[in-house]
Amino acid sequence: MELVMTEQRKKMHPHKFILWIAISSITLMFAGLTSAYIIKRNQPNWLEFKLPVIFWYSTATIAISSVTIWLAVRAFRQGEMSKYRKMLVTTFVLGIVFVSLQVTGFIQLWKQGITLTRNVSISFLYPIVGLHAVHVIGGVIALLIMFLKAFSRRQKTYSAVPVEMMSTYWHFVDFIWIYLFIFLLMIR
Amino acid sequence: MSNEAILHQHETGTHDVGHAHEHHHHETFITKYVFSQDHKMIAKQFLITGIVWAIIGGLFSVLFRLQLGYPESTFPWLEDFLGHWAKGGKLDPQFYYALVTMHGTVLVFFVLTAGLSGTFSNFLIPLQVGARDMASPFLNMLSYWFFFAASVVMFASLFVQTGPASGGWTIYPPLSALGEASEGSKIGMDLWLISMSLFIINALLGGLNYITTILNLRTKGMSMTRMPLTMWAFFFTAVLGVLSFPVLLSGCILLLFDRNLGTSFYLSDIVINGKILPNEGGSPILFQHLFWFLGHPEVYIIVLPAMGITSEVMSINSRKPIFGYMAMVGSLFAIASLSFMVWAHHMFVTGLNPFLGSFFVLLTLLIAVPSAIKVFNWLTTLWRGNIRFTPGMLFAIGFVSMFISGGLTGIFIGNSALDIHLHDTYFIIAHFHIVMGVAGFFGMFAGLYHWFPKMYGRYMNNTLAYIHFWVTMIGAYLIFWPMHYEGLAGMPRRYYDFSNWESFKMFAGLNQFISFVSIIVFAAQLLFVFNFFYSIFKGRKVTTLNPWGACSLEWSTPIRPGHGNWPGEIPEVHRWAYDYGKDGRDFIPQTEPVGEHESKH
Ligand code: HEM
Ligand SMILES: [Cu+2]
Repeated sequence: MELVMTEQRKKMHPHKFILWIAISSITLMFAGLTSAYIIKRNQPNWLEFKLPVIFWYSTATIAISSVTIWLAVRAFRQGEMSKYRKMLVTTFVLGIVFVSLQVTGFIQLWKQGITLTRNVSISFLYPIVGLHAVHVIGGVIALLIMFLKAFSRRQKTYSAVPVEMMSTYWHFVDFIWIYLFIFLLMIR
Repeated sequence: MSNEAILHQHETGTHDVGHAHEHHHHETFITKYVFSQDHKMIAKQFLITGIVWAIIGGLFSVLFRLQLGYPESTFPWLEDFLGHWAKGGKLDPQFYYALVTMHGTVLVFFVLTAGLSGTFSNFLIPLQVGARDMASPFLNMLSYWFFFAASVVMFASLFVQTGPASGGWTIYPPLSALGEASEGSKIGMDLWLISMSLFIINALLGGLNYITTILNLRTKGMSMTRMPLTMWAFFFTAVLGVLSFPVLLSGCILLLFDRNLGTSFYLSDIVINGKILPNEGGSPILFQHLFWFLGHPEVYIIVLPAMGITSEVMSINSRKPIFGYMAMVGSLFAIASLSFMVWAHHMFVTGLNPFLGSFFVLLTLLIAVPSAIKVFNWLTTLWRGNIRFTPGMLFAIGFVSMFISGGLTGIFIGNSALDIHLHDTYFIIAHFHIVMGVAGFFGMFAGLYHWFPKMYGRYMNNTLAYIHFWVTMIGAYLIFWPMHYEGLAGMPRRYYDFSNWESFKMFAGLNQFISFVSIIVFAAQLLFVFNFFYSIFKGRKVTTLNPWGACSLEWSTPIRPGHGNWPGEIPEVHRWAYDYGKDGRDFIPQTEPVGEHESKH
């Protein structure tokens, strides 16, 4: 048994592994949607439109939140629990700000007449960005749970695994947004 | 992290990780049978839910076969049973389509995906790789409950006023996208989409666990190439699911948008009852791409587990090592990868560029190569074996027979030139029922008869099992073989009544015959269901640890293993899983160290 354990310790933690497979699965969902978008792009009556400036701000927000979650993990590993909590809260707030900025962006689009049913080229924007926002909200909820755990006295965990998984997931939704943003800028 | 730690982490308190003992934590009825995190119980939950769905889905086919076989007759008892769906004892055409659609959906997804992979991946993976449970027992439990929720929604859709979805199991838009288009495209279609979304989450959560457990939680000495072929098959199945289901999910989400929010992803230039719809710019072909990118891998999600089970059961009951182990693994890999590159063979007649089509023809026909390798290896495993014709073995042999027959017709329709004639005829129905439907069921039956003693500590009744096998085997050929002729003659699938067509009148007798046999075969399945439930409580008890004389690890557990599988430490593995008839010994379990003078395999 001892031998087995040392052998297994070298491997990635199984839960982290699960997360990575889940990430590839989610990636394929976005790949499916964006490739559908590319197919449509090549058809006639494509409508050109401009992305609102606010999406630049939201991109910056989520990029910064990636840095803060990274700092949170580092603080956790070094045992600086108060810094860890601070960084966790910052990330959490940035996540909420990001989602609000996205929603505001869409309200602006809507007011410009770029509504959901106006044209297929625009329709795509809503499910793609919407699904991404859902994934960010999922992350925000997970952050909230971690945050509550970090403050509860009862539960003393010293395992870095959940924190590291959280940060992997967060970097992932960040990465997906940057991909989508560049994609939308290029292909629009 | 070790297996022990995985099992303990959902409990509070500190556990010292090194110790291993049978678990005595207090289980209530709820945690043991309902919200269980034990992979063996979850497997049984998948199995029994699957059996219930199989009965429902099979009954649907009996009902629509009544219509197809006896289009002139009326069955007054149908009206008592179905109400306004069968006025005057004759199926309503709208309801006929609902039955066909639900039959396909239920059997493809709920029975042959959840019921097959859900049962055997859950049950066998930890037992055969030597793990105490799945990598995440909690996600595993969640996976079953998503399946349960999907089942509830789908079941509810059977009872809504306008009926369940009725556009075929492939739910092509525009029919499925427009509520005005048919009764079944109203609320029934929304429920279908919601149910399938829940189902997809179930498949993804399950798949994540299967892959991770196989890659990370194997016991000491269990290298990948020492695993039984079932493990390889379940592994590739899970990979296919994890990569293809999310694409179907995106397709379904866009369809939900089109249905409920007025977008036009799949819609353009449509007129219903003289009314021109505003939708413009979409393309229904887009849906077909998204659907078949999942849909084709999906058929292999069904057949790969059956292949793995067949390999295992066949080797054990031939008392011979499986022939060409590495070739079997390689061909599983080849089939899994190719299955992502052939989806457009379902779309040869959609106006696909013929130049592009020829690539898909080539890739499609390439699948025949790994398929043939597998068939060859099964036959050579049987060759000069010491064959024990157990019920499991009979179904495994039956699987190979079905796979050969159905694979051969695949080569016909894989040619786009022939497919133009055969597309959407009964030839296609015959092809996929033999190669996927019946073969998938045979794999499942082989597995059930074989592992029932491990699941319930009892045997199933052999006499009933033999009757079940022969009726099903002969019946399946009698039902589906003649459909090839109907298809070659151009008889289209999904039609309600063929008696109006001069050219199909000659098939009236044949259709009647097919319907008659279907009813007998359905009855034989009920015999199986009876045998299954009777044997759980009253079957002959298993008294030895390893009743089949098998090498793999699951037979080294107690007759009725508890949560955690092995009472002591997890055994170490020293050899592959197929040392049958070696050095004058009948079999050598995987746990036995390699002797000094042992020959190499
Ligand atoms: C040599 C191997 C195979 C080839 C070349 C092949 C080829 C094809 C082609 C070209 C079609 C489309 C026909 C049409 O709609 O016009 C088709 C349909 C189908 N095949 Fe196969 N196939 C093969 C093996 C399999 C296997 C192993 C399975 C399942 C385990 C399978 C399941 C299906 C199903 C379910 C459909 C019909 C789906 C529908 O339209 O409802 N096939 N096959
Ligand atoms: Cu296919």
